[in-house]
Amino acid sequence: MRHLSKIGLHAVMLIGVLITIFPFVWVALMGTHTRGDIYSSPPPFYVGNNLLQNYAELLDIMPFWTVLFNSLYISVMGTIAAVLFCSMCAFGFYAYNFKGKNLIFGIMIASMMVPPVLMLIPSFLTLKYLGILDTHFALWFPGAASAFGIFLIRQYMGNSITRDLLDAAKVDGASDFRIYWSIVLPLIKPALATLAIVIFIGLWNNFLAPLIILSSPDKFVLTLALRSVQSIANSPWGAIMLGTFLSMVPLLLAFMFFSRQMMDGLTAGAVKG
Amino acid sequence: MQTSSEEKLPRKLEKPGRASRIRALRKSLVPWFFISPFLILFLVFNAFPLGFSIFLSFQEWNPVAGLNSMKFVGFKNYLSAVDDPWLWKSIYNTVWLAFAANIPQHLIAIPIAYLLVASLKGTVRHLYTATMFVPFITSTVAVSLIFFTIYSANTGILNQWLLALSTMPFIGGLFSWVPDVMPIRWLGKSDLLKPAIAFVVVWKYTGFNIVIYSAGFLTISKDLYDAAKVDGCNAWQQFWYVALPMIRPFIFFAVTLSIIGSLQLFEEPYVLTSGNSGGVGQAGLTASYYLYLVGWEWLEMGQAAAISWILFLFIAVVTSVHFYFNGRKGLEGNQ
Repeated sequence: MRHLSKIGLHAVMLIGVLITIFPFVWVALMGTHTRGDIYSSPPPFYVGNNLLQNYAELLDIMPFWTVLFNSLYISVMGTIAAVLFCSMCAFGFYAYNFKGKNLIFGIMIASMMVPPVLMLIPSFLTLKYLGILDTHFALWFPGAASAFGIFLIRQYMGNSITRDLLDAAKVDGASDFRIYWSIVLPLIKPALATLAIVIFIGLWNNFLAPLIILSSPDKFVLTLALRSVQSIANSPWGAIMLGTFLSMVPLLLAFMFFSRQMMDGLTAGAVKG
Repeated sequence: MQTSSEEKLPRKLEKPGRASRIRALRKSLVPWFFISPFLILFLVFNAFPLGFSIFLSFQEWNPVAGLNSMKFVGFKNYLSAVDDPWLWKSIYNTVWLAFAANIPQHLIAIPIAYLLVASLKGTVRHLYTATMFVPFITSTVAVSLIFFTIYSANTGILNQWLLALSTMPFIGGLFSWVPDVMPIRWLGKSDLLKPAIAFVVVWKYTGFNIVIYSAGFLTISKDLYDAAKVDGCNAWQQFWYVALPMIRPFIFFAVTLSIIGSLQLFEEPYVLTSGNSGGVGQAGLTASYYLYLVGWEWLEMGQAAAISWILFLFIAVVTSVHFYFNGRKGLEGNQ
């Protein structure tokens, strides 16, 4: 009886796992087949021999490596900026008392309630007015001091840094910036890692913002480039699936090694946001 | 920068000279320096745009024609937005998808999380959880493209499987209807499109919910189950009367996240309909998708701004209703 329920349990879990990983396996397999093979009957459940041809075709329909580099550039820049800006602001809110602090903090919290969809049109027009449409800067910079990130780090500071420590550093003659840089930052590393994970994944997978901001194909990011080849006539699906698979590989690899940190980060990020 | 120990000296000893005034000024500016990234980015990219969008919603404006073509039109944008049947269709679709995508997610995630926490541990549990979490970290566009080929009508793998099932012994009878309706156009029929979209959403977010619910079940101490066992609770009763009430705050939280997310659903329907005006019969036109069409395909920025505010109102109402009916119960679950 005990064995039976154990088997049943694993069966349930394995079904869940199979449903989850099937699309990943399928996309990897399709990347090695021709368009004709993919849509043949029965479906080809084996590694095909068209990988190189697909790769050549992929480079034909989009500047794949440029686009991949664009995605990487935006994600890295955005992550660095967010970690720096959010920790600075969180430190400002945590370590000092100044006039208007509570009001600004309150506005910041309230701004988290505004649904992004409301900001779509106005942000677009602002970027247009500033003349930074169709730039990568417009994708990683405006959101770098997000209310969510500041709040996340501010909460962490409250639990990990005592005011006595800040006072002691002050008495020892450390400058404000030095307190922030050499004392506070090393102590909040876990929160910074959480923020970095959330921001990086968010930027890497971002689609709506690039869709409305970018217009030149050589500035496209992966999501946008892949979507844009979806509707060309006689889409070379083998090549598109290869590109789709390659676009997922970096995060999948990272997840294999850092699954615990990424899961903790993404759920903690959601819990606190 | 400054010698802070000096500040501890009684004020009277300091001469109110120029140097100390500058020092005081600099000291009062330090916090503003630290929060300046937020202030600047917030003002430029949030506060100003938000105000501008209120202004814009009363204007008629095609952005291609430049700023001078703006014309004050009063409430016309709001009136014609409310008049457009596509707006109501898109709101209907959004609500439909919110239910169809969210309810299965949580009904699957809660029992799976419970089983994971109650009967497995260590690496095995982590392997299962992590694998089911993977869809959450992959890009929605990539996922939707994969499902776009899986759903393909003529020879997509889903249809081929259904065909194969219909020829299998024993269960074949259950699927005997399949050959008659082939090819099933999952994305090309208005009544199949929404379920097809909902499935992708369920597939992508169930793992995330499993992780949240696992965290919830892990907060329940073993003593509670032991006490329940002493009182004669069987396994089902332990789940239903002990575990489930304890994770109420987690359910409330996860459902809130799902609601907020699904009211803004855009990428799945956009990619699955090839970005083609919401798919056949606009069955896949969600609210955000509609907003995108008005603003960027039809280039009616004023109208799109008005629609944004209507959607904002809609999201605010739905979220408040959810908080009103479930908030107190959800948040007080542990007491």
